[in-house]
Amino acid sequence: MTVTLQIFLIVSAALFCIGLLAALSRRHAIFILIGIEMMLAAANLNFIAFWRFSPEPHQPTGVMVAIFSIAIAAAEAAVGLALVIAVYRHYRTTNVDQFDQLKG
Amino acid sequence: MNSAAFIVIGILTLAAALAAATLPKLMHAALSFAVTFLGIAAFFFLLGAEFVGLVQVFVYIGAVAVLIVFTILLTRRDIEKDRGFNWSGVVVAIAVFGGLIWAIFKTQSLSGVAPEMPVLTVKHIGEVLMSGYVWPLLCVGLLLTAALIGALILVMEERK
Repeated sequence: MTVTLQIFLIVSAALFCIGLLAALSRRHAIFILIGIEMMLAAANLNFIAFWRFSPEPHQPTGVMVAIFSIAIAAAEAAVGLALVIAVYRHYRTTNVDQFDQLKG
Repeated sequence: MNSAAFIVIGILTLAAALAAATLPKLMHAALSFAVTFLGIAAFFFLLGAEFVGLVQVFVYIGAVAVLIVFTILLTRRDIEKDRGFNWSGVVVAIAVFGGLIWAIFKTQSLSGVAPEMPVLTVKHIGEVLMSGYVWPLLCVGLLLTAALIGALILVMEERK
């Protein structure tokens, strides 16, 4: 078996869907954040795989995009976890089903 | 490219990701999350992007996983309660996976073999980052500062 771009895309699609599963089906706010981080990591894997299998891998464009994406994902995680702590202080729970004050 | 290493890393990463998504205990899920990101970093090493793999290990396992564990410990009071699992999310995720797999197999130009391993040194990355990508770099620095300040303001105690 030779490792082709297709297999990397399949692995990354599986990872994305597991992240989507975690983000959609869990009721705990931290799990939702974990799922979102996983989806972002799957996108990073795609960037690196496309860079590696491109006809000109000496141009490090995919690597640059992946580095910026990791930095933005880290900022997102910090703000998201701060939001979880702030909401927990207010409601004394992290179950997203109970954050329903804005419900019409 | 080494296919045995690929299979081992792929199985380990996907199993850890599935564990992180489905384990009922939050702390176990956080540790599986760290293992998942280690697997993704191993994929980056396999693909020849060593710098990104190291950044991934430092940022995700060194910072984000630790942040998640801290948040779990700070919001500990209602961890042990049983939570519902929304099965419609499983249906949506499987449908999206099917769509993506269909699109991947439909595309003809994806089965090429990789060109020879490019030599990508940190020096080269630094030069490119400081020449062609200066403005994105500055914007990311600004974003990180704003995120830091925003996170601090969010968790600050409200004074009455």
